[in-house]
Amino acid sequence: MSLTSYFMEATYLIASILFILALKGMSHPETARRGMFMAEAGMLAAIVGTLVGTEIVTWVWIIAGLTLGSAIGAWMAVSVPMTAMPQRTALSHAFGALAAALVGVGEFLVHAQEMTVVTRGALGFEVMLGALTTTGSLIAAGKLQGFIAGKPIQFRGQNAVNLAVALAMIGCFVYFWIHPENVAVFYTMLGMAFVFGIMLVIPIGSADMPVVMSLLNSYAGLAAAATGFVLQNNVLIIAGTLDGFSGFILSVLMCKAMNRSITNVLFGGFGSVIAEAGSATAGGVMREISLDDAAMQLAFANRVVFVPGYGLATAQAQHACRELGELLECAACGGQRSLLRALRDGTDQSRVSFYRCGRGHRRQRRSKSRCARQSQVTDRGHADSGS
Amino acid sequence: MNPAVLIASVYVFALAAFLGYQVISRVPPLLHTPLMSATNAISGISLIGSLVLAGAMKNQPSAHILGFVAVTAATINVVGGFGITDRMLKMFGKRKAEAKPDAKEAAK
Repeated sequence: MSLTSYFMEATYLIASILFILALKGMSHPETARRGMFMAEAGMLAAIVGTLVGTEIVTWVWIIAGLTLGSAIGAWMAVSVPMTAMPQRTALSHAFGALAAALVGVGEFLVHAQEMTVVTRGALGFEVMLGALTTTGSLIAAGKLQGFIAGKPIQFRGQNAVNLAVALAMIGCFVYFWIHPENVAVFYTMLGMAFVFGIMLVIPIGSADMPVVMSLLNSYAGLAAAATGFVLQNNVLIIAGTLDGFSGFILSVLMCKAMNRSITNVLFGGFGSVIAEAGSATAGGVMREISLDDAAMQLAFANRVVFVPGYGLATAQAQHACRELGELLECAACGGQRSLLRALRDGTDQSRVSFYRCGRGHRRQRRSKSRCARQSQVTDRGHADSGS
Repeated sequence: MNPAVLIASVYVFALAAFLGYQVISRVPPLLHTPLMSATNAISGISLIGSLVLAGAMKNQPSAHILGFVAVTAATINVVGGFGITDRMLKMFGKRKAEAKPDAKEAAK
């Protein structure tokens, strides 16, 4: 081994350690940013190591690609409004997966005939996972952006069609594994994987997209790991596998946080909705009301359900939302007098009980209501006219 | 592939899988979205493979073109992914003291 290869392996080792520490750091709010910087440093180390350690024949395409990609990536990250982040993540994801698939195709073009059985298997995996993640992420982004209908898209015989596509893809994969000389089969596999990615995501509603994206993330990671097996590159294997498994665990955790099982999210759309598709009135009508109206309605309501969404997080309104909930809760159990006292003292005298019901993070509170607190609800700065 | 290399690679794969599971298994829901975004950026590691394809294949113009597209796409993923994560995490920075009890509460 030459000196540069040793250098490359050393940077790969450093990069791998940094990625592990980064994931560890990302799991606590205080260390999250430091974790992200570590991941960035790891990525930089891996890139520098690769450029130094491999015998580069032409620099033109590398420099062009890096420049163009950085420009587009930076523009994507900076230009997007906070509320549109999830779809941008999905879009950026589609690009990463596309890269994995293209690397697979490139490897196939160059080395297909001299590959061993194991390498060929890994190559097949890489191309399949990369391709299906690309189209799957694009569909996810489209659903979140509203280009594609957000509700589950279903049709009769969907299961049969999906199964047929999956079997065709796997069939092509096996055939390619045994007979690598048949180019058409390889490209059919690629095409089938693209189609399968679409079929996989369209029956899932856009509310569940974060889970799907996390899962697709996991697929992209595994595709990168498979690339590592093809190129015999350890940092690809480590980072890809870390990503693959943490993505999977993350999607399971997300499901748990919503009180749902992952099979329910992924396959819940199948079958059940078809029966009621005719009568379903998804969507409804959004009604915008003024602040005073809202206060009035809250004051007279018997039950209030908060459904926090991404927008609430973006507006950083968690605390405001919680305060509002506490106000309502005070009124419910202690009546008007204790509510006023609570407001004056700045403490809440009643225990706030949260319980989640049904889908998503719905927090439900009951309030036996009197009209008195409408003004406090409107905003705490105003005079307590109602009392 | 040489069997010894293959076995070593499988070891690396298995240990990395185990690590990925262990490191992530206790994350507060507060951090789910930023973490997803960060792992998305890390999955742009396929940039390494793209670089090899774009620059290191001898006498393969078609591979270079494919590699160029792959490098571009992977760089978009890396730069875009980290940029988005950074913007998400910036929102935690200002209210650190308040964010902590929230995390505990959400984890319940």
